[in-house]
Amino acid sequence: MELSKAVNSSTTIKKEKKYSPLRELLKNWKKQKNALWASLFILLLITVAIIGPFIAPYDPYKPDYNAMLQGPGIDHIAGTDEYGRDIFSRLLFGARISLTVSFLSVFLGAIGGTILGLLSGYFGGWLDRLIMRSSDVMFAFPDILLAIAIVAILGPGLTNVVIAVSIFSIPSFARLVRSSTLEAKETVFVEAAKSMGASHFRIMFQHILPETLGSLIVFISMRIGTAILAASSLSFLGLGASPETPDWGAMLSLGRDYLGTSTHVVMMPGIAIFLTVLAFNIVGDGLRDVLDPKTKNE
Amino acid sequence: MSKTLLKVTGLKKSFSIPAGMFEKKKLLKAVHDVSFMIPEGKTFSLVGESGCGKSTTGRLISRLIEPGDGEIWLDGEEISQKKEAQLKGMRKKVQMIFQDPYASLNPRMKVRDIVAEPLTIHTNLSRAERYKQVSEILEVVGLSDYHANRYAHEFSGGQRQRIGIARALIMKPKLIIADEPVSALDVSIQAQILNLLKELQAEFDLTYLFISHDLSVVEHISDHIGVMYLGTIVESGPKEVIFSNPQHPYTKALLSSIPIPDPKLRRERIILQGDLPSPVNPPAGCRFHTRCPVAMDICKGTEPPVKPGETAGHFVSCHLVE
Repeated sequence: MELSKAVNSSTTIKKEKKYSPLRELLKNWKKQKNALWASLFILLLITVAIIGPFIAPYDPYKPDYNAMLQGPGIDHIAGTDEYGRDIFSRLLFGARISLTVSFLSVFLGAIGGTILGLLSGYFGGWLDRLIMRSSDVMFAFPDILLAIAIVAILGPGLTNVVIAVSIFSIPSFARLVRSSTLEAKETVFVEAAKSMGASHFRIMFQHILPETLGSLIVFISMRIGTAILAASSLSFLGLGASPETPDWGAMLSLGRDYLGTSTHVVMMPGIAIFLTVLAFNIVGDGLRDVLDPKTKNE
Repeated sequence: MSKTLLKVTGLKKSFSIPAGMFEKKKLLKAVHDVSFMIPEGKTFSLVGESGCGKSTTGRLISRLIEPGDGEIWLDGEEISQKKEAQLKGMRKKVQMIFQDPYASLNPRMKVRDIVAEPLTIHTNLSRAERYKQVSEILEVVGLSDYHANRYAHEFSGGQRQRIGIARALIMKPKLIIADEPVSALDVSIQAQILNLLKELQAEFDLTYLFISHDLSVVEHISDHIGVMYLGTIVESGPKEVIFSNPQHPYTKALLSSIPIPDPKLRRERIILQGDLPSPVNPPAGCRFHTRCPVAMDICKGTEPPVKPGETAGHFVSCHLVE
């Protein structure tokens, strides 16, 4: 009697929590200390990208010839550049440009690569060979060289930087998704879907794509870092944003003439790029630990 | 006699296996000249050891694998050579239940979407109508509507197999191909699932093609049995005949391996020598002669013809049978 009472009470106290993949993800995410900080930093960055223009203390385009190449100080937290423009304000505006360019280009590259990878892995045969050999050709070029070539064809400008970076992201996404597709294609539930008469489209997008999402999300977050670097490099080389734009890469490019005398002009955008890329990579690592089933239980 | 729902004649399938650079390409003859028929509302079981081609036969009939040769007549329609686009009608009539209930349900979908999937594919019903049918069918297989909102991994093996059965039932199919549906389950759960399958058969007038290696399971559920060895059916017939009066030496050996639940009783076991020969290079003549305890000279050279046994519907391929 007593025992059954105890058993009953203990079972009623522990309220059954409903399982949800998102809840589990959040629970595991809290255990990733570094990634948690990095993701907070990224959240801050996104906030800045959105509200930056409203909180910037100065106009990022307006020259002030009385305050040229000033070091960091009370008036200008991060100093000023060769035209006396406030570097902190330019960084705030630049966050919007960098994030937009990298998010857009990785997003476009991921969509293109995912579709190609799904087709390649699912159908196999000549389509697979065509897609994979074309990616091999693109892999043979160094990323930045390929991007330069594309921008050289399309002409400079931020839109073309987005196109260039997304094009060179496509093969890596295609290869990643293809390998997960090959694995998912062999599962029994895909066979079950086939036996029900599900269309190729349905099997690919309802059953196989969700299986690849984990590694896809990890790769996207890693790839955003690379994309920021690539976009900045292109701007640095004068192929991306025009020099007066407060783009981090373009700021680096302008500042390199004063490297010896006013180090802060390159240091500030350099640190911004460094921290952002680092944050995205750490988040990517954390996400891999949480999402990738292969490393989950190690 | 009721109408024949499924008739398979001379079904063959070979897989080419990758060979080395200088080797000749090899063929794995997984299914070799299989013929049988299932009357409507009956259960036909394919038994045999692993690798004998019984699962491949099931997948050929459900057109998950392209048949090589032979005919498959389903409900008066030849389906073995049809293109996927022409198979819509057949896909509604034939549903499968798979061996591993852990792998055959998509872990990222809720039960109601898993069970509703055939409806999503084949009908234009609204979401609400689909879910209504799902909750009805879940009741039929012994689950409840409140299970529908969960993910498959929240269930036990037996419950998952019930979900798999619900998914197979929701289209009101004529033929269900059950590929080892209980071999991944505990014995006590096996009985529940088998009884459920039997009840459903009576209720919905289902026809089963039941694939299993477990003779006691087969004895419980079947009307007719086909014993497979190395890609061919060596003996087939009504259950009572196969179990009480087996003619083929392989059937006899298989039956002697069923354990008797009484420790005092001893059965004279026929132990087969050697391993299953490779289906890449099957023995000439009778495929069983390398392991047959009563093999004769003729068995090595000539393939035995299919001979009718004493009872109607009983067929044996053995030189010993007159």
